[in-house]
Amino acid sequence: MAVLDDGAWQAIWLTLELAGLTTVLLLVIATPLAWWLSQTRSRWRAPIGALVTLPLVLPPTVLGFYLLVLMGPQGPLGQLTLALGWGTLSFTFTGLLIGSIVFSLPFAVQPIQHAFEAIGPRPLEAAATLRASPLDAFFTVALPLARPGLLTAAILSFAHTVGEFGVVLMIGGNIPGQTRVVSTQIYGHVEAMEYAQAHWLAGGMVAFSFVILLCLSLLKRGGGSFVR
Amino acid sequence: MKSHASIPAVSLLCAGLLFGAPLHAADVSVAVAANFTAPMQKIAEAFQKDTGHKLVLSFGSTGKFYAQIKNGAPFEVLFAADDETPARLEREGDGVEGTRFTYAIGKLVLWSKQPGLVDEQGEVLRQATFERIALADPKLAPYGAAAMQTLNKLGLADSLASKFVQGENIGQTYQFVATQNAPLGFVALSQVFADGRITEGSAWIVPDELYEPIRQDALVLGKGKGNPAAAELLDYLRGDTAKGIIRSYGYAL
Repeated sequence: MAVLDDGAWQAIWLTLELAGLTTVLLLVIATPLAWWLSQTRSRWRAPIGALVTLPLVLPPTVLGFYLLVLMGPQGPLGQLTLALGWGTLSFTFTGLLIGSIVFSLPFAVQPIQHAFEAIGPRPLEAAATLRASPLDAFFTVALPLARPGLLTAAILSFAHTVGEFGVVLMIGGNIPGQTRVVSTQIYGHVEAMEYAQAHWLAGGMVAFSFVILLCLSLLKRGGGSFVR
Repeated sequence: MKSHASIPAVSLLCAGLLFGAPLHAADVSVAVAANFTAPMQKIAEAFQKDTGHKLVLSFGSTGKFYAQIKNGAPFEVLFAADDETPARLEREGDGVEGTRFTYAIGKLVLWSKQPGLVDEQGEVLRQATFERIALADPKLAPYGAAAMQTLNKLGLADSLASKFVQGENIGQTYQFVATQNAPLGFVALSQVFADGRITEGSAWIVPDELYEPIRQDALVLGKGKGNPAAAELLDYLRGDTAKGIIRSYGYAL
């Protein structure tokens, strides 16, 4: 007998796809955001910083519930997507992707922001005296120096998305191949009293998470900047 | 004159409130299936008024309660959404034998928050102009299983399968339809029914012959064995007050 059935493999692939895409998009979104937060003296810095950190402390049920309401046909996001002819986003992979990005945003922004802050003004001032434009300095000086922070952000975003549950449960609708990820699959097995299948997937999750955290701590020993 | 006469009566009442109730009353910890939330809250009020016993209610899915009870949860009585789980708990020695009985028979309804979307014959299912239809996970929730039986009997299960969105329990399924993320869905009649009619939107009450009766059983659990209030609660559920409340939410008995 196969240990994991087709449904389980489908959920695993979907989870990896979701986590991979979330990570890529988060790096694209979080890097400029983190750069701005690390450099600006604007009075908006504190409120925006707090807003970005909000998903870290809010229970997933709150995020999931508001996403469901926002994406619904009566919600502002739902009305926008309906007007654009995309239909509503709840119960779709795209909807899940948006939820994951919001949910994991602080896990991407914070390590990158810390890495940028750790660089200090000097390397950038040096770059400026060598007539590098700010954009040039960002790509040739700041980004390479912040690489460990970017790596930490990527690993954390990926792992956190794999471990996401409450938001998926609330906006997913448990559709195979679309929104049924590993964590909700495990939940379904437990609820259906199929403890054997639940154990295989749950045990795999524990092993995966351990490996991820091990990588992070090895990375930290290697001199990278870790989330503080 | 009048005020004089009332002083002893008032002090008696105070004494009664202060000392009388706690002497005889006991708390009962009760696990209640999500679909039975609204009627159970009303029953708990009436039960406390009539007997002085206070109910501590937890609402959730029957499958989760099963796992929690097997792992030492402090529940004394279970009101399940099915008849299998209580039977299984009794068989496995986690319930008090002979206390199991059917307290309500659930009814399935196809419901939309939008007036006029669901017709009274359920023809909307055949036209299938909607993009999504919500139902509870048939593997987990008896109302989900009943919805699947209905669709199978109508011969629509395959053609509608790509439009399914599944809630992990009937409470979540209701939420999908109530927020209109799904335009319509199969929910428990008790969720959209009060005082003898559908509270809002449009609905088709699914005829009984399309699905197996959803028998909801209650059971006194091992932890409730020594608590007379637990047994009293089950007796109370058989009485007219509770039955009236249960019927008013659209359950059969």
